[in-house]
Amino acid sequence: MNLLLEISNNALAVTATLTGIGLVFAALLIAKLISPKSYSVKKAEPYECGMPTRGESMIQFHAGYYIFAILFLIFDVETVFLYPWSVVMNGLGPKGLLCIGIFMFILIMGLAYAWRKGVLKWK
Amino acid sequence: MFNFGIWTSEFNNFLLGFLPEWLTVVVECVLIAVLVLLTYTVLALFYILYERKLCAWFQCRLGPMRVGKWGLLQVFADMFKILIKELISLKDTDRFLFKLAPYIIITSSVVMLACLPWGNGLQIIDYNIGIFFILAVSSIGVLGILLAGWSSNNKYTLIGAMRSGAQMISYEISLGLAMITIIVLAGTMNINQLVWEQDSAWFIFRGHIPAIIAFLIYIVAATAETNRGPFDLPEAEHELVAGYHTEYSGIHFGFFYLAEYLNLFIVSGIASLMFLGGWMPFHIPGWDGFNHVMDWIPSIVWFLGKSFFISYIIIWFKWTFPRVRIDQMLAFEWKYLMPLSLLNLVLMAVCVALGWHF
Repeated sequence: MNLLLEISNNALAVTATLTGIGLVFAALLIAKLISPKSYSVKKAEPYECGMPTRGESMIQFHAGYYIFAILFLIFDVETVFLYPWSVVMNGLGPKGLLCIGIFMFILIMGLAYAWRKGVLKWK
Repeated sequence: MFNFGIWTSEFNNFLLGFLPEWLTVVVECVLIAVLVLLTYTVLALFYILYERKLCAWFQCRLGPMRVGKWGLLQVFADMFKILIKELISLKDTDRFLFKLAPYIIITSSVVMLACLPWGNGLQIIDYNIGIFFILAVSSIGVLGILLAGWSSNNKYTLIGAMRSGAQMISYEISLGLAMITIIVLAGTMNINQLVWEQDSAWFIFRGHIPAIIAFLIYIVAATAETNRGPFDLPEAEHELVAGYHTEYSGIHFGFFYLAEYLNLFIVSGIASLMFLGGWMPFHIPGWDGFNHVMDWIPSIVWFLGKSFFISYIIIWFKWTFPRVRIDQMLAFEWKYLMPLSLLNLVLMAVCVALGWHF
């Protein structure tokens, strides 16, 4: 809270969220009031460069993306542990540096293992 | 340096003079909401013109010139045009998720915008975990993109959303690690304190080699985070029409467009906050006269100037590099950028522990 007002940060975060929702809602309302409306069967079809759509579109899709999502999950959780360390890093001394060194070694070994296993190769 | 907080504090006391306390808070919240909304719209309009003019400049063209002097009113015409376009409702879409996606994307960018330090005393949300909060909110934006692609019932949007999701979550790690590198140097995550830490010199100078490497990593990761530049393959026009927002029309499409430009400003703002001192003027330790002259330039000019400069670099990327392939992009992040940013973090930790910084 830097504006020197007496509002809590949580209230301000809620205000900002409501502002975002309000912006979309108001703009959609204006657009609905002044935009033309028409309906035809052809217009409601999905646009795939003029080709007729074949089969379902909401399908299970390419496992490659899934593997990268799992990798991300692992590394993101590990970087979350690095945030509190980074704030207090200066006060921890050499012992703290050694501990986080071991932690990061395990992190890098994990990446090296995934790399060796061929997870990072796009198939 | 002038503290804008004095004005807002006086205004607060003025309101408290004749209103009860709870009503003052409500009035101030409404005023803040209006202010954020105005800033959001003005910035979006500015960025659309900025990108079009810069793009024209890089390609030896003039850009929009007809509407208004030097085409300055072109963006207003565009905005009005997008408002009066029809909102097409498609068959077989997941209606609820289709309409929810713009809300998520816009809201996440508005909340991030409210966290930025605009000037001395001009900051709205100031958590003690400020930077962490911004990162957390920015990762919500990915959800909106995935929902938009999934719910449109179109194969192009699905591919675009999947690519975008993979890209954004991958580069988020490098982005976070580049930020942690600077937090190690600063010892705080509070945005206001981060700016004040750079009173003597900006972090990019205080942290020398590791800070400069972190800055370069940040710029690359931020370009990928905003789906721009050489990393715009979620929207690759030749392959996917428009990527995840192919099926959105009118103002629905406009929301994605707005959020993309605002995200460009937000990543530039964070870069200027973390590396180039936020609103802090350019100070050289020991040169008191020089520092005093620099303090005369208002803090908001410093912040906007730095942010627009970094946006300029990111726009420059877009019109210089050819688009990368999906396997190249993922390999670049996981095999080069992330190990490099981890090593850079270790280097910075060693530098700070041994006192090798300024």
